[in-house]
Amino acid sequence: MAVSRQDVEKAALLGRLLVSPDELEHLTAQVAEILAYVEQLGEVDTTSVEPMAHAVELVNVFREDKVAPSLPREAALANAPHHNEQGFLVPAVLGE
Amino acid sequence: MPDYTTIIGLEVHVQLATHSKLFCGCSTRFGAEPNTQTCPVCLGLPGALPVMNAEAVRLAVMTGLALDCEIPAYTKWDRKQYFYPDLPKGYQISQYDLPLTQKGRLEIRDDKERFASKEVRITRAHLEEDAGKSSHDEAAGKGDSLIDLNRTGTPLLEIVSEPDLRNSLEARAYLDELKLLLTYLGVSDCNMQEGSLRVDANVNLHIETPAGKVATPIVEIKNLNSFRAVERALDYEAQRQFREWEETGKKLGEAPKTTRGWDDVAGKTKAQRSKEESADYRYFPDPDLAPVRTSPEQLAKARAELPPRPAELREQLTREHKLSPYDAGVLVNLGRPVLDYFFAVVAKCGDAKAACNWITQDIQRTLKYRDREFAELNLPAERLGELIALVAKGELPTARSREVFEAMIDSGDDAHSVMQQLGIGAVDESELIALCQELLAANPRVVDDVKNGKQQAIGALIGQAKKKNPNADPARIRELCLELIAKM
Ligand SMILES: [Zn+2]
Repeated sequence: MAVSRQDVEKAALLGRLLVSPDELEHLTAQVAEILAYVEQLGEVDTTSVEPMAHAVELVNVFREDKVAPSLPREAALANAPHHNEQGFLVPAVLGE
Repeated sequence: MPDYTTIIGLEVHVQLATHSKLFCGCSTRFGAEPNTQTCPVCLGLPGALPVMNAEAVRLAVMTGLALDCEIPAYTKWDRKQYFYPDLPKGYQISQYDLPLTQKGRLEIRDDKERFASKEVRITRAHLEEDAGKSSHDEAAGKGDSLIDLNRTGTPLLEIVSEPDLRNSLEARAYLDELKLLLTYLGVSDCNMQEGSLRVDANVNLHIETPAGKVATPIVEIKNLNSFRAVERALDYEAQRQFREWEETGKKLGEAPKTTRGWDDVAGKTKAQRSKEESADYRYFPDPDLAPVRTSPEQLAKARAELPPRPAELREQLTREHKLSPYDAGVLVNLGRPVLDYFFAVVAKCGDAKAACNWITQDIQRTLKYRDREFAELNLPAERLGELIALVAKGELPTARSREVFEAMIDSGDDAHSVMQQLGIGAVDESELIALCQELLAANPRVVDDVKNGKQQAIGALIGQAKKKNPNADPARIRELCLELIAKM
C-alpha cells in the first residue's frame, strides 16, 4: 500500500500532532515500512476463519446498575489547568 | 416548477433510565451541581477502567426487540476519536460495525389519515456514552467555555432510521410513536427539556426533471429542540434545498454532506462546520471493554418480558373492547397509568365506550381545571366504574352524573354516599308522568302552542320540571309532555 506525504499529514492533523516538514519526510517512509510489514498478513488464507473483533477472549463483563460515590468536586478539578471551582475552563468551544 | 420528493432519515438519541452511568458508578441524576458526578472514568484519567452497566444493555436489547430489530449474538465497543473538551478521554465509546441491534421497523399512522400508514425501517439502535456540557458565558465577557462533565458517560441509545420518511408530518408521527414506545417500555423518560431525547435529521430532495431524477446533497440538521422544531426545520430545509438546487444545480456527490443548525427564533437552518468523514473518526475496537455475547436463551427471556407495545394495545382496544381507532389512539397516548386505570374501570362496569369517554374527556377536563396530574386524581378506578354502572342501570340520571363525579372527587366519597348527600335518586316513571301532567295543567298556553306546531314551547316546562325535581331527566320530560299533549 502506497503512503503519500498527504496521508501522513492528514493522520497527524487528525491526531492533533504538530509535525515539521523534515519529520514528515522521515515519518512517511517509516509508516510505509510499517504498513508493508503488516501487509504480509494478507498472504495468509483466512477464508474459513471467523473474523476476530476483539483481542481478548473474555465476554460479558458487567457491573450492576448501582450508584457509587463520585469524586469531590475539588478533586475532580484539581488537575485542570484552569477552573473556576465549579467547572473546567477551556478555550471557547465553537458553536455546536 | 418540477416536482420533488423530500427524503428524510432521523437519528434519535435517548438517555436510558439507569441509575448509574454506562461505564462507571457515577449517578445519572439530572440537575446536580456542575462536576459533582464524575470519577476517574468520566474524567479520562490514566489507568481508569470502564466496566459495562448490565442494565443499560438490558434496556437497549428491550428497545431493539420492541423495534423488531435483529439482536446479533455478538457485539462490541469501539472508540470514536473526538477532540472536544466535553469528553476528556479524546474519544467516545460507541459501537461501529457490530451494533447491539439492527434492521428493525416501526409502523407510523395518522389518526386524521393525512398519510397512509407505513413501516419505517430502523437501520440500527446502538449504545454509546454521552458527552459533557459546555457553556459559554457571554455576559461575563470571558473568552473561556465552562465544561460540566456530569453528563459524560450517561448511557445513550442512538436509534437510526432509514431515509423512509417523506414529509414533516410523517417525521412527527415517527417521533411521536417512538417516544410513546420508549415511554411504555420505561427505557427512558424522553424529556426533551432535560436532553433525554435529542433528534438530528438527514434531509435531501429527489427532484423530477426532464432529464430524470436528481438527488440534492444531504444535509444534517442539528439543534432540534422540540418535535415542533423538527417539523418546521424540515419544511424550511426542503424549500431551501430546492432554491439552492435552482441556483447552483449541485447534485448529491458533487458537494460534501453538510451540517446546518436550526435557529428556532429565526425559523431558519444555518450552515455549521462541515461534518468530518466517517473514516476520520478512526473507529477501532476498545481494548478496555469486553464484547457482549447474547445467547438465544437470554433473548427468549427478554422477549417474554417485553411489555405490550402501544401498537398492540391500540389493537387490543379496538378488537377486544370495540373502541374506534381514534379513541384507542387517544387512550394509549395518555400513557400506561391511564390505560391501566381504564382497564380497571372496564373490569368494574363492563362498558368500554363509557369508560373511555369519562377518562379521555371528563377526567382530562377536570384535571386541567383543577391543575392536577393524573397521579393526583382522587377517584379510584372502581368508583368510576361504579358510577358508570349506576348510570347504565338507570339509578343515576345521566343529567346529574357529572355533578356526582365532581362531588366524588371533591369529597373522596363513593357514588352512593354522594348521591345520598345530594338527594339524587332514580325517578320513578309514574312520578315523572304525574309531574308532567301537573305542569301541562298549569300551562295551557304551552299546550296550545305545541298543538299549533310549536314544539319548542316545551322548553319553558323543562326548567320548571328541574326546579320541582332535580333528578328529572330533561329529555324524558320532553318526550312525556309531547306524548301527553298528543293524547289531549
Ligand atoms: Zn464516573
